[in-house]
Amino acid sequence: MRIPCSFCGPRGNEEFTYLGDATVRRPDPAAPNAMQAFHDYVYLRENPSGLHQELWFHGSGCRSWLIVTRNTRTHEISDVKFALRGGEA
Amino acid sequence: MKYSVFSLLREALRGHTGWTPAWRKAEPKAQYDVVIVGGGGHGLATAYYLAKEHGITNVAVLEKSTIGSGNAGRNTTIIRSNYLLPGNEAFYEWSMKLWEGLEQDFNYNAMVSQRGVLNLYHSDAQRDAYARRGNSMRLHGADAELLDRVAVQRMAPYLDFENARFPIHGGLLQRRGGTARHDAVVWGYARGADTRGVDIIENCEVTGIDIRDGRIISLDTTRGAIRANKIGLAVAGNTARVAALAGLRLPIESHVLQAFVSEGIKPAIDSVVTFGAGHFYISQSDKGGLVFGGDIDGYNSYAWRGNMPVIEDVMEAGMALWPGLGRIRMLRQWGGLMDMSMDGSPIIDRTGVDGLYLNCGWCYGGFKATPASGWCFAHLIARDEPHSGAAAMRLDRTMTGAVIDEKGAGAQPNLH
Repeated sequence: MRIPCSFCGPRGNEEFTYLGDATVRRPDPAAPNAMQAFHDYVYLRENPSGLHQELWFHGSGCRSWLIVTRNTRTHEISDVKFALRGGEA
Repeated sequence: MKYSVFSLLREALRGHTGWTPAWRKAEPKAQYDVVIVGGGGHGLATAYYLAKEHGITNVAVLEKSTIGSGNAGRNTTIIRSNYLLPGNEAFYEWSMKLWEGLEQDFNYNAMVSQRGVLNLYHSDAQRDAYARRGNSMRLHGADAELLDRVAVQRMAPYLDFENARFPIHGGLLQRRGGTARHDAVVWGYARGADTRGVDIIENCEVTGIDIRDGRIISLDTTRGAIRANKIGLAVAGNTARVAALAGLRLPIESHVLQAFVSEGIKPAIDSVVTFGAGHFYISQSDKGGLVFGGDIDGYNSYAWRGNMPVIEDVMEAGMALWPGLGRIRMLRQWGGLMDMSMDGSPIIDRTGVDGLYLNCGWCYGGFKATPASGWCFAHLIARDEPHSGAAAMRLDRTMTGAVIDEKGAGAQPNLH
């Protein structure tokens, strides 16, 4: 599997570290349901069979965090963007 | 038909014309007391123990493909009970005890071979950790022996004891551990369940779960609707997909794990050996192939195949442990879908939906658990209360904080 890094171009996936689902959002700790919201944020996952937005860190390259859209059935990557800087490509 | 030396003799004299299929190809009925989704080892073991231990025989096992074609047919066949934490170790030791009586129990040769599982240590700190693990195992009634370097050398002289970076200092040995014939486990449970009246329905994929007022009513399948009083899910890597049909969101990620077999060679390794400085485990099958594996690939996947970097990593670990491996060719390699849980331990529990039960989160260690998983899941479904052996394996433990995290890695499935 080669990941087309937004900065470095296509690189082998051994250069990257995987964190997981990029769609979960840290909830508001002041919200009344914060306990449940933090549980869901830390533990529950959609785990889709198909398109998955996920965080990869290019540790052996540009050291960018990337949001990669990848099909979990085929490992085909359809989109890569920087996780920081508002997700510009 | 009961299998015995007499039935074998009788059939030998009759030219083997009297053998009958080990289980029926059942057609789905309209209604069952219990429907188990997933015809792997865990699902079939559950059906078997439901019928045998609880007298519940109006049971169907639904399998989307053929039985045993998922992880039950894709693992490295190791059985052991060498866990550390109380929530796990009692369960896996119960599984080990069931393995020891399994073949007599279901009258089928599962080729259970207690050839020993040897976990190597390479530093003083690792020796201390293994001593602690061994003590925990013995406290739960399992067997464990801490071996020094000389004893390991006597067992496995071909290992690289002088490896400059990871010299072998000794190992933790569980003599009762070993291997079993994975397919035969599936077939034995299928046959045992079938003879007690369980319908095993292959090529039957669940496409919907009908829930009314918080209670399950029926299943939609590719072979029609089936009503059920209780439904048990035992679908491993597909847990998220099937549970989503019931509106459940779970602490599970599906990851791919690869395994490897070499060309067949003469008997070379007579136990299971695991490398302590990297993730690598190896044994030899009765056909002569070396069976080995290592880490999961580490990213979400439903693809049933992995990538090259992990293959390279596994081979490197193998070479560091046993340099002679380099003279042997790898014959084949495959991938399976692991239901990785957030704390690395399984879930056998009720769900929020009345009548729907969940068996998942086996990570890459489900094969050894097959008998106890079936035993405890059958108990849960039949009596609606957790079996004492699996009482800690609750779905809500991520909320209560009572997680069972052997490695202390936290809620990061690809690190377990």
